[in-house]
Amino acid sequence: MPILSYLRALNRALAAELERDPAVCVFGEDVRVAVSNVTTGLLKRFGPDRVIDMPISEQAFTSLATGAAMAGARPVIEFQIPSLLYLVFEQIANQAHKFSLMTGGQLHVPVTYLLPSSGSRTGWAGQHSAHPYSLFAHVGIKTVVPATPTDAYGLLVSAIRDDDPVILFAPAEAVPQTEDVDFDSLAPVPLGVARIHRTGTDVTVVAVGHLVHDALAVAEELADTVSVEVFDPRTLYPFDWTALAASLERTGRLVVIDDSNRTCGIGGEILATAASEMRLVAPPKRITRPDGAVLPFARGLDLAVQPNRAQLCSAIETVVKHS
Amino acid sequence: MSADPAKASADPAKASADPAKASADPAGLYRTVRLIRRFEERAIQLVRSGVIPGGIHPYLGQEAIAAGVCAALRADDIITSTHRGHGHVLAKGADPGRMLAELAGRETGLNRGRGGSMHAADVGVGIFGANAIVGAAAPIATGAAWWLRRLGGDRVAVSFFGDGAVNQGVLLETLNLASLWRTPVIFVCENNRFATSMRVENATAGSILGRAAGFGIPAETVDGMDPQAVLAAASIAVERARAGDGPSFLECTTYRFDAHHTWEHIARPRYRTAEEVAVGSSRDPVEVAGARIPPAARAAIDAEVEALLDAAEEFVAASAVPDPAGALDYLYADGMRGRAGEPA
Repeated sequence: MPILSYLRALNRALAAELERDPAVCVFGEDVRVAVSNVTTGLLKRFGPDRVIDMPISEQAFTSLATGAAMAGARPVIEFQIPSLLYLVFEQIANQAHKFSLMTGGQLHVPVTYLLPSSGSRTGWAGQHSAHPYSLFAHVGIKTVVPATPTDAYGLLVSAIRDDDPVILFAPAEAVPQTEDVDFDSLAPVPLGVARIHRTGTDVTVVAVGHLVHDALAVAEELADTVSVEVFDPRTLYPFDWTALAASLERTGRLVVIDDSNRTCGIGGEILATAASEMRLVAPPKRITRPDGAVLPFARGLDLAVQPNRAQLCSAIETVVKHS
Repeated sequence: MSADPAKASADPAKASADPAKASADPAGLYRTVRLIRRFEERAIQLVRSGVIPGGIHPYLGQEAIAAGVCAALRADDIITSTHRGHGHVLAKGADPGRMLAELAGRETGLNRGRGGSMHAADVGVGIFGANAIVGAAAPIATGAAWWLRRLGGDRVAVSFFGDGAVNQGVLLETLNLASLWRTPVIFVCENNRFATSMRVENATAGSILGRAAGFGIPAETVDGMDPQAVLAAASIAVERARAGDGPSFLECTTYRFDAHHTWEHIARPRYRTAEEVAVGSSRDPVEVAGARIPPAARAAIDAEVEALLDAAEEFVAASAVPDPAGALDYLYADGMRGRAGEPA
C-alpha cells in the first residue's frame, strides 16, 4: 500500500474539501508556494481565488475569514507559527467563537485554523515553539490534535465541514509520522471521539498529539511487566469523557502526558475529571511542561522542559505500584 | 450552514419587518434621524428605570450618519456596527420593538436576549452585528464584502467605527487588505471628537483621512450632522463599490451629545465642560433634517414615531425573559453542549 505522510494527509484533506465544496478556500502566508508543505499543488489545481496568499496581517485576515464565513464561505487559515495564535486570540476567542451565541444563533463561523507545525521544533526557540491547545479548549473552541496521518486527514475534513470554528494542531513531532494506507480508505473522523491505540488492563495513559507515539513506545518497552492502554483523545474539546470512563473502568489507573504548561493545562482537567467522576484505584499522575515554561533555544534546554519517555515510565511505575 | 442574509430573510423567525429602513428623501431621512433620537431618549429612561440592565452607549447627536449611510444601501447590503450601534441597527431596518427587546434582554429580542446593546444583529436585514471591541468589526465587514464579491452581484458592506478606532492596528491592516483587493466596503468613521474621554487630538497623530490616503483609499470629510450630506457622500462611495472600484473612507464629523455610556450619568467624569457640550450640541441633526420638510409633515412623522416607540415599549413589557435553562443555547451551531459548571 502507498505511504501516507502526515503533511500529505493534510494536503489531501484540503484538496478533497476544496474539490467537494466551492465555499472552501485557503488563507495564509506563503500558502501559494506551500512554505509549510501543506498546500502543495493546490494553487495550480484550484487557482488563486481559492488559495489566497495573505500579507503579514494576521489579525485582519483572521477576522476577514470570520466575515467571509458569515457570508457563506468556509475558509481554512494556515498559520505557519503556533505563537501567532496569541496575536489572533481576540479574533478567534472573542469574535469568531462568540457570534453564534451572541446573535441568538443567527450567525455561524465555519472557519478552520490549521497549525501545521505546533509545539517544539528543533532550533526555533521561544516564540516559535508554543503549543497552546489547552487555551483554545478552555475557551470552548473545538480543538483537535491528530497524532497520525489518517487521523490528520479525517479530523481536518471534519473540521472544515463543521459549522463552528475548529482549530487543528499538527504537532511538529508528529509530522514525521507515516502510515501504510490505502488512500481510498481515508475517511472523515468525527470530532469528539477518542481512539485507543493499544488496549491494556493495568493503566490508562492519555497522550496528546505526538506524545501518543512516545506512549506507544513506552507501553511496548514495559509490556513484560505492565499492561498499558494508550488512549488518544484526538479531540481535546469536546473531550470524549465517556471513552475515558470506560477505559478507567478497565484499568482504574491514569497517567496523562500533555505538552501544555502545567497550570491550567488540559492534563489538569483530565486528572480532575477522572478523580471526581471516574473509577480510580490509585492517585493519577500527569507529565507536562513545567509551570510557565518558555522553550529555551539550546537543544538540551528545549528537551529539558518537554514531557519525555523517562518521566512517563516513572509515572506508570509509580501508579501501578500503588495498591 | 453559515447564515446567508438572502436565505435568512426568507425565514420568518429571522426576518424583520422593514418599517424603519432609512429612505433617501428628506422626509425619510428626517424620520430615521427622529426615530433614532427618540429611541435613544427612551432607552436612557429605560436604563434608569432598570428595564434595560447595565446601560447603553447613546447615539444622541450622531443620528445623521446612520440615517444618511443606510439610506444609500439596499436591504441585502451588509453593515457592521459598534458599541454605540443602536442608530445603525435601526437605520438599516431592524424592528425597533425587537431592538428594544434585545436591550432589555428579552427572548423576543433581535438576538433572543443573548447579545444586548453592544451585539445587536439582524441578519435578515444585513446587520452582521454591533461589536464591542473598537475596530474589530472592520475586517468582518471586509471579509463579508470580499466573499459576496466572489459570489458575483454587487452587494457592498459598510463598517461603522469611531475616531478611537483609527489607531487600532487591526483597522489599519484591514484598510490595506481592502484597498489591495479592491473590496466593495465603505469605511465610515464617526468622528465625535472623543474616544470615551480622550480627545481625538490627544490620540491621533497625523490625520484620520491621511490614514485612508496612505492606503490609496478615496476619502473625504463629511458633515456628519447633515443626513443629506452624508447620503450624498455615501451614495458615491456605494456606487464606487458596486462598480468594482474598491473601498472608500468617509470621515463624518459629529459630536456626542450625551455620555460615552450611561454610567457617566452617575459617575460624572469631567473631561468636557457644560459650555463645550452646549457648543458641540448646538447644531442638531434632528433640526437640520426637520427644517427641510413642512411643519405638518414633520409633526405627522413625530406622531408616527411616538406611536411606533409606544408599541415597541409595550412589546418589551409583554415579552418574556429567556429561560435560564437555555443560557448557553446557540453556543454551537450544531447544538453541542459542553459539561455543566457543576454536573447535576
